[in-house]
Amino acid sequence: MLLDYETLKLVWWVLIGALLIGFAVTDGMDMGVGILLPFLGKSDTERRVVINVVAPHWDGNQVWLITAGGAIFAAWPAVYAAAFSGFYLAMFLVLAGLFLRPVGFDYRSKVQDPRWRSTWDWGLFVGGLVPALIFGVAFGNLLQGIPFHLDTFLKPHYDHTFIWALLPLLNPFALLAGILSVCMVAMHGGLWLQLRTEGVIAERARAAVGLLAPIVTVLFLVGGVWVYLGIDGFRIVSQPDLNAMPNPLAKEVVRAPGAWFDIYRTMPITMVVPALGLLAPLLVWMLSRVRRPGLGCFASGLALTGVIGTAGLSLFPFVMPSSTNPNSSLTVWDAASSHLTLTVMFWAVVIFLPIVLLYTIWCYYQMWGKTTVKQIEDNTYNAY
Amino acid sequence: MIDPTFVELSRWQFAAVALYHFLFVPLTLGMTWILVIMEAVYVMTGKEIYRDMSRFWTKLFAINFALGVTTGLTMEFQFGTNWAYYSHYVGDVFGAPLAIEGLMAFFLESTFVGLMLLGRDRLSKVKYLAVVVLVAVGTNLSALWILVANAWMQNPVGSEFSAETMRMEMTSFWEVVFNPVAQVKFIHTVAAGYVTASMFVIGISAWYILKGRDLAFAKRSFAVAAGFGLAASLAVIVLGDESGYELGDVQKVKLAAIEAEWDTAPAPAAFTLFGMPNQETMKTDNAITIPWVMGLITTRSLDGQVQGIKELIEDHAERIRSGIIAYEKLNALRNGDTSDETKAVFEEHKADLGYGLLLKAYVENPADATDAQIAQAAKDSIPHVSYLFWSFRIMVAFGFIMLILFGLSFYKLAKGKIEQNRTLLRILVLCIPLPWLACELGWFVAEFGRQPWAIGEVLPTFLATSSLTVADLITSIAGYLIFYSVLLAIEMYLMFRFARLGPSSLHTGRYHHEAGGASLSLNPAE
Repeated sequence: MLLDYETLKLVWWVLIGALLIGFAVTDGMDMGVGILLPFLGKSDTERRVVINVVAPHWDGNQVWLITAGGAIFAAWPAVYAAAFSGFYLAMFLVLAGLFLRPVGFDYRSKVQDPRWRSTWDWGLFVGGLVPALIFGVAFGNLLQGIPFHLDTFLKPHYDHTFIWALLPLLNPFALLAGILSVCMVAMHGGLWLQLRTEGVIAERARAAVGLLAPIVTVLFLVGGVWVYLGIDGFRIVSQPDLNAMPNPLAKEVVRAPGAWFDIYRTMPITMVVPALGLLAPLLVWMLSRVRRPGLGCFASGLALTGVIGTAGLSLFPFVMPSSTNPNSSLTVWDAASSHLTLTVMFWAVVIFLPIVLLYTIWCYYQMWGKTTVKQIEDNTYNAY
Repeated sequence: MIDPTFVELSRWQFAAVALYHFLFVPLTLGMTWILVIMEAVYVMTGKEIYRDMSRFWTKLFAINFALGVTTGLTMEFQFGTNWAYYSHYVGDVFGAPLAIEGLMAFFLESTFVGLMLLGRDRLSKVKYLAVVVLVAVGTNLSALWILVANAWMQNPVGSEFSAETMRMEMTSFWEVVFNPVAQVKFIHTVAAGYVTASMFVIGISAWYILKGRDLAFAKRSFAVAAGFGLAASLAVIVLGDESGYELGDVQKVKLAAIEAEWDTAPAPAAFTLFGMPNQETMKTDNAITIPWVMGLITTRSLDGQVQGIKELIEDHAERIRSGIIAYEKLNALRNGDTSDETKAVFEEHKADLGYGLLLKAYVENPADATDAQIAQAAKDSIPHVSYLFWSFRIMVAFGFIMLILFGLSFYKLAKGKIEQNRTLLRILVLCIPLPWLACELGWFVAEFGRQPWAIGEVLPTFLATSSLTVADLITSIAGYLIFYSVLLAIEMYLMFRFARLGPSSLHTGRYHHEAGGASLSLNPAE
């Protein structure tokens, strides 16, 4: 095996991070478009323009989420087990939101009735808003620790279930993270609409970005200060061999103020990532204002990378810290699959992800150009 | 202790969500190839009618595909949400094909389906055909990888339990991929999908022919479906996955249960055509048997034996006793006793650990089990026979009915007399639901027949759940069922609406409703 176990565990942290950021950058755009839909399109045709900007691509984009889910299952089975069952009802809400998108996109234009169409418009809005909100809330909760522990046979248990597990997730800090997430994807979707539409819709998109981008910076900053002053991080005080067979119960973990900033102290270069989260949205704001939405999209992708990357880096090496039994926390080192599985999956990603990227670009290239009111009117039976 | 209600609800949820998803998958699997055929004929002949066929059937495909995507989302996360211990215990092996499915198949299918539905005007004929082919390849590859994962649940090869990490770990990726159960399952499942799509297209086309509408369009669609369906239904039956039932113990149990083979019969065994399997007395009442046939079908030989249920139960009782030792030693290992002797004894009995875990339904510590509990656990290792016996027979009967229908349709079509055979056409319309029923029954046979195991001989289903409550599950089951049922009703409404409109929905001006001042037109301006 080409890579040793410890390196592979680290590589997989990067790969899963990349898949999640890939999801935010691609499908986040579609969710952002869904969130902006009721505000940017005043007439049915205008809303169809907005929808058709993402219509040929949203399904492929959504696969980033599916693949990230599968990759977490394969590379971090312990995290896949603990996270999705621990966030049970929250996960149901995410899925229920996502359910509305495939049908919303495909069924909306199949019937002419205005009530039918406006119902699906709200479906697409909810399908963008709810998952974006809850993914943000989930990251907010990860930074605070999740109330779970593992038994000796490594089955995860939670201190609360049902509504009593769901409601505490919606605490003020987590909601801040959730709103940040919503504003971020809405900003991202707004730039895409500014780039791919024209006239009044593009102008409305520009106005939305002008509003959202500064909010993203402010919320990110407030979140950072909040973590620094008000949230104890987690720190490993005794760590078994990083090359060892993964055993989440073998390490010792303490909670300490400021521990979420450890990585920036030990490796100052990593501060580039939060700096990106802070500054890229301002760049987005500028580029959108001077009507350079193409570059703005890149900047917005960087902003998403900065914000999500900051959450991941601050947690490192934790993936899912446990608030009630810190030693049960799952980390990059002890939640991983076997050496063989990580190797096989590594090669699967190395071979297939570039192919995926190539044909995705080809598909965007084929469908490139601005979506216009005229196109929709000429194509009323085939467009979404 | 384990709450049986909670386990039951977890199973019902998975079954409901998977069965719903599987309403949409088979049609997608087959429809893509039918569209490839129509599109290819269009590219080769340049005849506009084939382009219209492809465009119209693509509309129906899309209505179905949307719900396939919707219900598929749940499947990707369902293991983590509801089967957390399963996910931990086998994720190292089971997660890999699932993730590869995403990378290799879902991306391909979903990225190109956007162009397939919306990009026709922007692509050349050949490029568009290539896009449709890629979607078809993507959907079929996704079936391949999900069945590799599923086959591993039935016949867990290429892996080994590790006491240190407390989970199954992969030892050979290629053994997992080339699991023989996966190969038979893949062929059987995709062929069933091709049959489903053929039945769908032939049934709706038959309806147009009966109505005398758009005959040129309907007869060509009918012909494509009859040919494809005939080949596919032959494949489903000839390559039925009964040939895979000899592989691995769980499959053997399933086979014995399907055939209600209580006692091991001398080879070649007789096939029980009908009868009333009785789980209590372990007999099949009023059985009608055909000598030799089962031995021939299942072992493909005259001297291969099919093991009977009673014998299997006896074997399992032995393995449960061995599993108790494995469990004791595992406990010792987990509690720090890593002496060579403990390790050696554990290694010796490790293969039976799963059987030991079956006792956890009755006692916290399997070592405390009484003989009666061991006997009960051994009985539990056999699924309910009559459910499997009947589901299997109904599925096979539907398969043969469809084979006959496709054969007849093909024959009459070849003789150029299809319009006169109104009875056949009516039957074809009525039989549209048959493949769906057969597919759902097939899923049931495969998955219910695997019980009591989540992973065959490795992890009992009741241990595989998450630590949730009945309230959690009632909420989510209600939520999924309401959501799915509302969406299914909408889907059916659109499907019927567009099937009734037929090619008129393309607004080319060439079809039935458009010619004579259409009343069903979609355009309010008209």
